[in-house]
Amino acid sequence: MDKVNISLNVNGEKVERDIEPRLLLTDFLREELFLTGTHVGCEHGVCGACTILLNGEAVRGCLMLAVQADGATIETVESLAGEDGQLNPLQQAFTDCHSLQCGFCTPGFLMTLTQFTKENPNPTEEEIREAISGNLCRCTGYANIVKAVKQVTHQTV
Amino acid sequence: MHKYIGKSMHRKEDYRLLTGTGMFVGDISLTNMAEAVFVRSPHAHAKIVDINIEAAKAIEGVYGIFTAKDIEDIKPLTQFESHCFLPPNLVEAISPTINFNYEDILAKKKVTYVGQSVAIVVAKNRYIAEDAADLVEVTYEPLQPLVDPYEARKKGAPLIQEHLENNIQSHFHVTTGNVEQAFAEADYIMNEKIRTPRLGSNPLETRGVVAKFDTRNQELRVWSSSQMPYEIRSTLAHCLSLPDLSIRVTAPDVGGGFGPKGGVHPEEIVIPYLAKKLQRPIKWVEDRMEHLTSARQSRDQIHDVKVSFKQDGTITAIKDFFVIDSGAVNFFALTCAYNSAYHLRGAYKIPNYDSECEVILTNKTPNVPFRGAGRPEVVFVMDRIIDIVARKLKVDPIEIMKKNMIQAEDMPYDQGILVKDGHQLIYDSGDYPDALRKAVDLVDYDAFRKEQEEKKKEGKLVGIGISSYVEGTGAGPYEGAHISIDPSGHVTAYLGCTPQGQGHETVFSQIAADGLGVNPQNITVRVGETTVLPMGQGTYASRSAVNAGSAIYEAALKMREKVLKIAAHLLKTDEDLVIDEGKIYAETSPEKFVTYQDVGRAALPAKLGNLPEGMEASLEVTHYFAPPTVTFAASIHMAQVEVDKETGFVDLQKYSVVHDCGTVINPMIVDGQVQGGIAQGIGSALYEEIVYDQTGQLLTGTYMDYLLPTSMEVPTVAKAHQEFKSTRNRLGIKGVGEGGAIAPPAAIANAIVDALHPLEIKTNDLPISPNKLRTWIKEAEASFQALQTN
Repeated sequence: MDKVNISLNVNGEKVERDIEPRLLLTDFLREELFLTGTHVGCEHGVCGACTILLNGEAVRGCLMLAVQADGATIETVESLAGEDGQLNPLQQAFTDCHSLQCGFCTPGFLMTLTQFTKENPNPTEEEIREAISGNLCRCTGYANIVKAVKQVTHQTV
Repeated sequence: MHKYIGKSMHRKEDYRLLTGTGMFVGDISLTNMAEAVFVRSPHAHAKIVDINIEAAKAIEGVYGIFTAKDIEDIKPLTQFESHCFLPPNLVEAISPTINFNYEDILAKKKVTYVGQSVAIVVAKNRYIAEDAADLVEVTYEPLQPLVDPYEARKKGAPLIQEHLENNIQSHFHVTTGNVEQAFAEADYIMNEKIRTPRLGSNPLETRGVVAKFDTRNQELRVWSSSQMPYEIRSTLAHCLSLPDLSIRVTAPDVGGGFGPKGGVHPEEIVIPYLAKKLQRPIKWVEDRMEHLTSARQSRDQIHDVKVSFKQDGTITAIKDFFVIDSGAVNFFALTCAYNSAYHLRGAYKIPNYDSECEVILTNKTPNVPFRGAGRPEVVFVMDRIIDIVARKLKVDPIEIMKKNMIQAEDMPYDQGILVKDGHQLIYDSGDYPDALRKAVDLVDYDAFRKEQEEKKKEGKLVGIGISSYVEGTGAGPYEGAHISIDPSGHVTAYLGCTPQGQGHETVFSQIAADGLGVNPQNITVRVGETTVLPMGQGTYASRSAVNAGSAIYEAALKMREKVLKIAAHLLKTDEDLVIDEGKIYAETSPEKFVTYQDVGRAALPAKLGNLPEGMEASLEVTHYFAPPTVTFAASIHMAQVEVDKETGFVDLQKYSVVHDCGTVINPMIVDGQVQGGIAQGIGSALYEEIVYDQTGQLLTGTYMDYLLPTSMEVPTVAKAHQEFKSTRNRLGIKGVGEGGAIAPPAAIANAIVDALHPLEIKTNDLPISPNKLRTWIKEAEASFQALQTN
């Protein structure tokens, strides 16, 4: 299969690769760039585990081909912590509130909420629940994820 | 008094999982690694006439295509003897039949369910492997599929497992008291059919296996997203005729399991086999469609119960005949089946009880235990009975619960039959009426009833439903722990039970910290690896805190004794010593102390150390804990719903729970387990069902068809706790993992009945989907109108 050249910015670094046009964006991130924090849960766009930020917007990595990301800026879960490894406030809220158990869905939730909390600094519980309704979690029952968002948006829990 | 047990400590696991630096099976990448894709059966029941791999083989990058004839030296997967063993006294009591049944690693002459593995393609990467898999041509000759267990159990039905005489794979009968006499003396008798459908556990991480043959050590290395790496090791050893210890199985970070990742699947056998055969690492990661078709499923019970009760609400007898549709193979014998039988009566005194069960084979994906393992099904039966009795007698269900409940002073209470381990079914501790009172207070039940009356007048159909359960948790046979302290004074603890999100690294370091007198930060817990301890079981059956928690506590206490002896030698004292935060000193002179580092160095062998005369060098302790029998956790659940009569849509508005799991190690984690379990229970009450059509085709093969609850469907659960310590382990721990998932179906089903009252409906069939509920409402309205016109 003929390869296609793409160049994009991933977590602040410029990346250029020759890839097969059929390569999924999630596979590109995980297998070409070894950014395995982006998880693949359903491969049909329902579970949200593969959520990443594409030009600042939360999208499903499994529903995109890598070639579609040519020229784009991508942020994955690996971009969230500080350079010194310090958790960012959203990640810190997740550990404070026990918002993760197995942790497989967590990167997707974090990326969905990175965009959401930026755009909604003071959300209601209903708004938080709606924001994460496209991400499935089978362990936590969501309550502590809602709690973490309240913590990070400085609301009384 | 414990310092760390009982504290909501942050989880040690979180950092890697929050930064994308965890290691799940899919994240593993090895030099020269190939990827595998399975060719699976599109038929429920068919003969394999021919498999043509020529076109597939021709694709560049394909390393091999394998069918049953290429792997004839692998023994088939059979029922797991470790989980099928029944003690002789139980055999005598319940007269079980358990027929041998098995599954070939790749289907040989015929396929028996949609999704069964028929061939494997190994290629350079998954893309190429999938291209080739599409070109594998399998010719089938369809056979009559058996989808309905009642048809499958009939004499003369086609056989799923052809060496058997019929499709009834297992059977048992357990009885206590005299049901027939109770029926003869009863004021009322009722018969009900109550059904829990087939479910999938759906962890967010699908299954996956990576394997490599290490030529230097002649060791087979396997990484699997598993709850039971030791079971994979022993099954692999059996199927491939290898010594157990030539196989090393790792369960790395595992993205949820909930039961089915505890059953060894064919992929966990054949991928390691091929890695050895092809002399290169192979990876297989299941996709979600494969998961929905081929990963083991669960539940699927239908109960026919006959119940007698008196005018005062006393339930005098229950006779139950139930079938479990186990799909094409039953790997776990009576695990779910007998769990169901011994848990049905829960918190109630029902002296006359008779339960008979048949496990039936059909052309569906094989079933294994899933969170609750036979308990949610019977709690649904029992608490529907309570509700139906209450409505018949026109009293509040709470009155029927109170009337029949085991009282605190009855503890330890003997239910008159045996547990599956052969021990008498005796509840160790608890106060169920107190739990019910607490639940009533938690929801302000009386206020709700008043409010309900007003709301119903306004046309808002709100209702409340209750369920309770008593759960045997912490099943044996054993779990082990090994503690090692190095010369730096750092503690490493190794455990055989492997986690899938339960926070083992955190809670077991809390327990070890209290046992040893050190800070949990100075303890590293290693789990999920068969080389850390020679023997282990796994995480399932709400057992890890009880078994592994007790094992590590006992190991820590043994270690503490040795540490104290060495410290006394170093301090040259014979006074009683205390240990606090790693410092060891006599209470009278805390300023004169030694540390774990001092003790660690003193434990070095020969002249490097400084040990009391005759003491063995090193700080190493192993303890295997074997519980006398299970411990009994309990809970009351209350659901509040509003029903839209026009659409059949149920809005779950509030959910409350009172819970006893004995000594709580980490309250934050326990609350998380309860909330998460309830979310799964809500799914099974209202949304989730695996559906096969009459030909055995799966109709719920995507997440657009199999509905998992989202943040919009799961309320934040209100919780209250009891802490009745178990008498069966030193720390008083009971299990908690499964509990949350057990009671929601009954609580929600009863709440729906309550919301629609006085319209008489029976919510005896899960899930209570809008279309099903709308049908029941229409039927009830029609019979109500018929009554009016007569």
